[in-house]
Amino acid sequence: MNRIVEKEFFSENVVKLVVEAPKIAKARKPGNFIILRVSKEGERIPLTIASADEDKGTITLIAQKVGVSTEKLAKMEVGDSLHDLVGPLGKATEIHKVGTILACGGGVGVAPLLPIVEGYKKAGNRVISVLAARSKDLIILEDEIRKWSDEVIVMTDDGSYGKKGLVTQGAEEIINREKIDECIAIGPAIMMKFTALLTKKYNIPTQASLNSIMVDGTGMCGACRVTVGGKTKFTCVDGPEFDAHQIDFDEMLMRLGGYSEEEKKAYEEFMNRLNLQA
Amino acid sequence: MTTLAEYLKERRDQEWRAELRKKLKGKERTNIPRVKMPEVDPNERVKFQNVEVNLGLSIEQAQREASRCMDCVNPTCIEGCPVQINIPEFVKNIERGEYGQAASNLKLTSALPAVCGRVCPQEKQCEEQCFYTLKLKKEPVAIGYLERFAADWERESGSVSVPECATKNGIKVAAIGSGPSSLSFAGDMIKLGYDVTVFEALHEIGGVLKYGIPEFRLPNATVDEELENLKQMGVKFETNFIVGRTASFDDLEKEGYKGFFVGSGAGLPRFMNIPGENYNGILSSNEYLTRVNLMGAADDKFDTPVLRGKNVAVIGGGNTAMDSVRTAKRLGAERSIIVYRRSRVEMPARVEEVKHAEEEGIEFMNLANPVEYFADENGRVNRMRVQYMELGEPDASGRRRPVPIEGSEKDIDVDLVIVAVGVSPNPLIPACLPDLKVSRWGTIEVGDNMQSSIPVIFAGGDIVRGGATVILAMGDGRNAAQSMHEYLSK
Ligand SMILES: Cc1cc2nc3c(=O)[nH]c(=O)nc-3n(C[C@H](O)[C@H](O)[C@H](O)COP(=O)(O)OP(=O)(O)OC[C@H]3O[C@@H](n4cnc5c(N)ncnc54)[C@H](O)[C@@H]3O)c2cc1C
Ligand SMILES: Cc1cc2nc3c(=O)[nH]c(=O)nc-3n(C[C@H](O)[C@H](O)[C@H](O)COP(=O)(O)OP(=O)(O)OC[C@H]3O[C@@H](n4cnc5c(N)ncnc54)[C@H](O)[C@@H]3O)c2cc1C
Ligand code: FES
Repeated sequence: MNRIVEKEFFSENVVKLVVEAPKIAKARKPGNFIILRVSKEGERIPLTIASADEDKGTITLIAQKVGVSTEKLAKMEVGDSLHDLVGPLGKATEIHKVGTILACGGGVGVAPLLPIVEGYKKAGNRVISVLAARSKDLIILEDEIRKWSDEVIVMTDDGSYGKKGLVTQGAEEIINREKIDECIAIGPAIMMKFTALLTKKYNIPTQASLNSIMVDGTGMCGACRVTVGGKTKFTCVDGPEFDAHQIDFDEMLMRLGGYSEEEKKAYEEFMNRLNLQA
Repeated sequence: MTTLAEYLKERRDQEWRAELRKKLKGKERTNIPRVKMPEVDPNERVKFQNVEVNLGLSIEQAQREASRCMDCVNPTCIEGCPVQINIPEFVKNIERGEYGQAASNLKLTSALPAVCGRVCPQEKQCEEQCFYTLKLKKEPVAIGYLERFAADWERESGSVSVPECATKNGIKVAAIGSGPSSLSFAGDMIKLGYDVTVFEALHEIGGVLKYGIPEFRLPNATVDEELENLKQMGVKFETNFIVGRTASFDDLEKEGYKGFFVGSGAGLPRFMNIPGENYNGILSSNEYLTRVNLMGAADDKFDTPVLRGKNVAVIGGGNTAMDSVRTAKRLGAERSIIVYRRSRVEMPARVEEVKHAEEEGIEFMNLANPVEYFADENGRVNRMRVQYMELGEPDASGRRRPVPIEGSEKDIDVDLVIVAVGVSPNPLIPACLPDLKVSRWGTIEVGDNMQSSIPVIFAGGDIVRGGATVILAMGDGRNAAQSMHEYLSK
């Protein structure tokens, strides 16, 4: 049983949960994710392991409420147990010393970015992080990212915090200022797409971590397939990180919408039920 | 040591069997027509995903069918059975009304008789080698139906016998995966006194029996009851545990495990790599069936969604294809079509499934193969281009190779496509054991005793054979248990 031992809301829609999972806490590496079910009737949803405490046997998950399953997850309280939790899944990030790293995180994508930034810093790299979100209250984990970065730039769409503008604007400024050896981008697919286009222009090797739709997470179903370099790959076992310049982001964006009608209907029904109960 | 033939003779010479043989004349037996399995009406059953199609034989039907069996001196049926069940013995026990005995006979060699009675391709195994088929050119004794009858009778009678276990020897062994190969391995090892734990990556035990085969063919409750048996015998189950990820083989060895059986299956779905295959609405049969069977997507109470199509095409001709196309029908499809590149006779699916599919209004488009998909502006598939085929020379499998007919392309409207063209071995275990010998196809290489190139690791089922059958997987599990026992007793 995976008990929730800590819970904190970063904003109205973003929640941090610290969960007991001793084996996973020990085995996980940066870039790995888990799959959980909130209840017996629940979906299997993938979430990145943002951090882990091997001694306490816990892992930290950060989830953004976007639909039924994440809503249900955010309603769980300290002391409750998740129905299932399996992992660590996915290939770990290949972290090595390359020089200067540009780490771009959009919205809740900053959560999966955190262990990677930490890894690169520990490996002796200079790390410059660009955090971006629509507005101030959606910027998460800023302090944690700062801890492992040489410099942090915050961008908001509405200018309510940091600089006004998109992640790509912040990134381009840095690229024009100094030599960047590698870039990593994690966030909404559209943000990763444009970051990849930008770094391609400057010939900077770039990794993106994909949040494809998944079911099992063990390579069994193919729901998570993406096209990378003209070949079909399974995000859960071949990824989640891929060479961003090779990813077919348009196909990926299209596939993310594959169940949108079903999801929208389920969400409306779920919220209606909640309102009736209230 | 007695040979199988001597053992069978000894059993056949038992007094009760000799008596029973005299009860009816040969002609009286052969004149009885083969029993018809009672079924739910096709128009009714297509409304439910979880109503089993076959209702099972009544006691009268079972006894009458059992009396067709000639109790042959040379029971060729056993040669057709991959685990050599003593078929005449259990059938004759049914004839004389000892149903519990019949079930015990089955359990001597088969860990999951209620499952095998439902899903084995009997027409290509025992029933193909039946005296009726071979010599009389008549319909064979319904061995599969009788197997199911005996297993169900025992369960329903509430007097399930838990096989005896040897005294505990305290040696820890692990089974990886919880499909039929691992379950039969676990059943045998626990009987031999080992401390057995089954590790399963998913949240449910059963492998394909749970996530793949639908409830209208194999109810989950049936599988669960067989699992309950194993639990009572002391087998431990750990779900949500991926060996090689949650913990490594080294970790498990440190925890004291002395032997490993890998039954991780052939879970990797194949696609055809044709243009448009990644459009929305085109999915593997594994994804489709997992959503419905494992995740309960057809039921509103469950959160996992499943796409419902009006015009559903399923590519392939195996059991997986039949299960998918019949599921689509049950989820409300107006047209559910099998698109298969060979002809009807080459279909690898069980004959009964094809018959049931036909009764349910499934369309068959044979000698046709998709070559390209097209989609609407949202990326949802709306059209499929198929090319027609003709049969050429036989290929390595002995079946005639389908050859495309130039210029025969035709477009059909579809809004859901399920790709069921086969599976590849699950690469998880080989990937984390570089010293493990695997074939070109990714299957684990084992000797006759199911031992791999790493002596403490044994393997069986689909990870060794590629996509095969439940009964072969179970046979491997048994074989591996015997070999591991010998290895660990040295
Ligand atoms: C490897 C990986 C790591 C991830 N890490 C995080 C994380 O750390 N924090 C976080 O908030 N989110 C993360 N996600 C995304 C998260 O899994 C989805 O937001 C969640 O499953 C949505 O479920 P829902 O029922 O709340 O929403 P739904 O109503 O089902 O869907 C809303 C949106 O989420 C997407 N989505 C739906 N189901 C899935 C699914 N099974 N897998 C992925 N996306 C889906 C859909 O495209 C849709 O746009 C990750 C996804 C992957 C694949
Ligand atoms: C839809 C469908 C219908 C079928 N119909 C029939 C039929 O009618 N008759 C018939 O005889 N056969 C049928 N088959 C084939 C039959 O189901 C398989 O041959 C059989 O299940 C193989 O058994 P197995 O023991 O190798 O493992 P599987 O049943 O394949 O199970 C393997 C299990 O191992 C788990 N696993 C994998 N890696 C790990 C790991 N590292 N750690 C922990 N767990 C792991 C997987 O999650 C899975 O649950 C069908 C198959 C399918 C897909
Ligand atoms: S999630 Fe099923 S194969 Fe990746």
